[in-house]
Amino acid sequence: MLAQAAGGVPLAQLRYTAPLPAAYDTEKIDRRLVLCHIVPEDCGGFMYTQGLDSLGADCLHQATDAAALEQRFQSKVDADDRIEPKDWMPDAYRQTLIRQISQHAHSEIVGMLPEGNWITRAPSLRRKAVLIAKVQDEGGHGMYLYSAAETLGISRDELLEQLLAGTAKYSSIFNYPTPTWADVGAIGWLVDGAAIMNQIPICRCSYGPYARAMVRICKEESFHQRQGFEIMMTLARGTPEQHRMAQDALNRWWWPSIMMFGPNDAASKHTAQSMRWKIKRFSNDELRQKFIDITVPQAEFLGLKVPDPDLRWDEATQHYVHGPIDWKEFEEVLKGNGPCNRERLETRRRAHDDGRWVREAALAYAEKQRARETQAA
Amino acid sequence: MSATATPVTAAASDDLRFRYAVHLGDTSLILAQRLGEWVGHAPALEEDLALANIALDLLGQARHLLSYAGEIEGKGRSEDDLAFLRDPSDFGNLALVEQPNVDFGHTIVRQFLIDAWQLELFERLQSSVEPRFAELAAKALKETRYHYRFSSGWMVRLGDGTEESHQRVQAGLDALWKFTNELFAPGAVDEEAAAAGLGPDPASLRAAWLANVEPVLAEATLKKPADVSYRWFGKRNQHGEHLSHLLAEMQFMQRTYPGMQW
Amino acid sequence: MSQQRKQWPLYEVFIRARSGLEHKHVGSIHAVDARQAVEHARDLYTRRQEGVSIWVVRSSDITASDPGEAEALFEPAKDKIYRHPTFYSIPDEVKNL
Repeated sequence: MLAQAAGGVPLAQLRYTAPLPAAYDTEKIDRRLVLCHIVPEDCGGFMYTQGLDSLGADCLHQATDAAALEQRFQSKVDADDRIEPKDWMPDAYRQTLIRQISQHAHSEIVGMLPEGNWITRAPSLRRKAVLIAKVQDEGGHGMYLYSAAETLGISRDELLEQLLAGTAKYSSIFNYPTPTWADVGAIGWLVDGAAIMNQIPICRCSYGPYARAMVRICKEESFHQRQGFEIMMTLARGTPEQHRMAQDALNRWWWPSIMMFGPNDAASKHTAQSMRWKIKRFSNDELRQKFIDITVPQAEFLGLKVPDPDLRWDEATQHYVHGPIDWKEFEEVLKGNGPCNRERLETRRRAHDDGRWVREAALAYAEKQRARETQAA
Repeated sequence: MSATATPVTAAASDDLRFRYAVHLGDTSLILAQRLGEWVGHAPALEEDLALANIALDLLGQARHLLSYAGEIEGKGRSEDDLAFLRDPSDFGNLALVEQPNVDFGHTIVRQFLIDAWQLELFERLQSSVEPRFAELAAKALKETRYHYRFSSGWMVRLGDGTEESHQRVQAGLDALWKFTNELFAPGAVDEEAAAAGLGPDPASLRAAWLANVEPVLAEATLKKPADVSYRWFGKRNQHGEHLSHLLAEMQFMQRTYPGMQW
Repeated sequence: MSQQRKQWPLYEVFIRARSGLEHKHVGSIHAVDARQAVEHARDLYTRRQEGVSIWVVRSSDITASDPGEAEALFEPAKDKIYRHPTFYSIPDEVKNL
């Protein structure tokens, strides 16, 4: 045993030993073996088929092992130690991460579209270069995140299929349209601002690959918000026409940005568990409040009006108090009835379908090359 | 590179410098604009990033060249004035770069044919008598080497990939080949520029271009199309119908809201 | 159909940030072959001059230690504290040790 360990374990042996639910078709994951985790043999299949909160009676004899494993896992998390891909983790933790990281990745990819809409029409060459770089960064961030999700044993193709089939979620903010140039500014300032607020705590997330991807993303994104604010500033200080354009964009993006933090804490079903696992470190409402407190003075600096008649500063709490959020709108957009839901997915699908022959050709060529090399050898 | 410098027969006038800078700058600009159309729509995320990188390189070249053109012209026109406020007939880009993306195959062919040309152009432009061109060329040459690596790689993958990809890339090559006449044709600003030592003689780029193109076509199992006597050249400000559509989109903001800062 | 299901293989990417430093694992990339993997790694991981050299290796070619044996592999080194310089007490007045 030791001899084998000293020489390393062939990856082929690091397979899932338990029967997997459909979502973990082994054929799809074996290219990711290097980073998938090991299931202790004596635990049978239950870890993958049952939530940890609902252990079946037939698994009771294994429950002690599971409890011990989970105990060790949780104390690692509590000690702010990182969980790495091959470490044991509760299935629900894995599922939560796959859901969250892939949603995050999808948001980056779909998020390329509203701003990408302005690449060909950017009003100066400097703005065009910045916008191309920014949209490109978003594609890159999607790739970092898919890469992190793949360490959990799911392939990028599978995740993309879920997106294109409409079964995966992405941030619903990207279902709003960008009819004017000012929208590019508003997205950078508000949407990226809200995203950064959400993402900075994730840099300390308990799952190593996600935290590392997020560190890189946050570092790169610091220019995104600044360029957005700069666009808004230029417009707000420009001609009356430009000022109106900026105000109109703020009017349309303010509430959707506020909703980006997700439902109120009372209505959020994932928050408590995610916080125990240190996937999430602040609640939706805490982050939302932080964002509003930071952003309102920025709007004032721009000389723009936040479209919330109930907004006021509360001396006692030293926070802004905002008016009621229209959660009906949020739900509608989430359900697919936003202004651009259909267009966004159709655009992604078209790119995917139109590109199939290219992806296949590249694979076919590489296979031919390998065959030729084998023959030559 | 010991290519013999073109003998200088006339001093380069400011007007000639301006027109040559515009010719080169427009070529990079219009190609960047075309590549920008791909961002968010490419066949794979990796290619979204790759095409965006190339677009950014080309846009950087365009900005350098158009800023310089504005300076030398001395009428206070900025890079943006030149990019956004000129009419199609003032554009001096090669007609090849304004051709539409069509599909990834056409896009790669267009890129490859230009990369193979820019490799030699920038190599030679480094010895321009005008330091601003030489400077630009030294930087752009490094960028182009990577572009060529990217596009020639895809030429081979698509040409020698599947039946479908072979057909598509061959179709792109057949459709775009006629526009390569212009790269080496006399009678335009680049020939004048060569006479003044500003840049290489266009005709003299052909051998190196072919040397960059032919081995890749062979490896890609693609057929080099027969030469045709096509003679409508963007560098003589002769454009087809595509450029005005491209400009209508690119210039929309500056034309709709004249005189504003963005 | 199986052709359609096939995705570009995964490569692990290692970047040398600058001369004098080792290559460090930065993440993964999809590509059909090693040449393309280098290009994709360049386009994704060095957009801000993060590197001067790239290594790529097929993820499936990496052999990893078994986490189940982490204790057997790494715990035995724990009590070999005499391998560390601070284990030895030397009077302060002795220099250059």
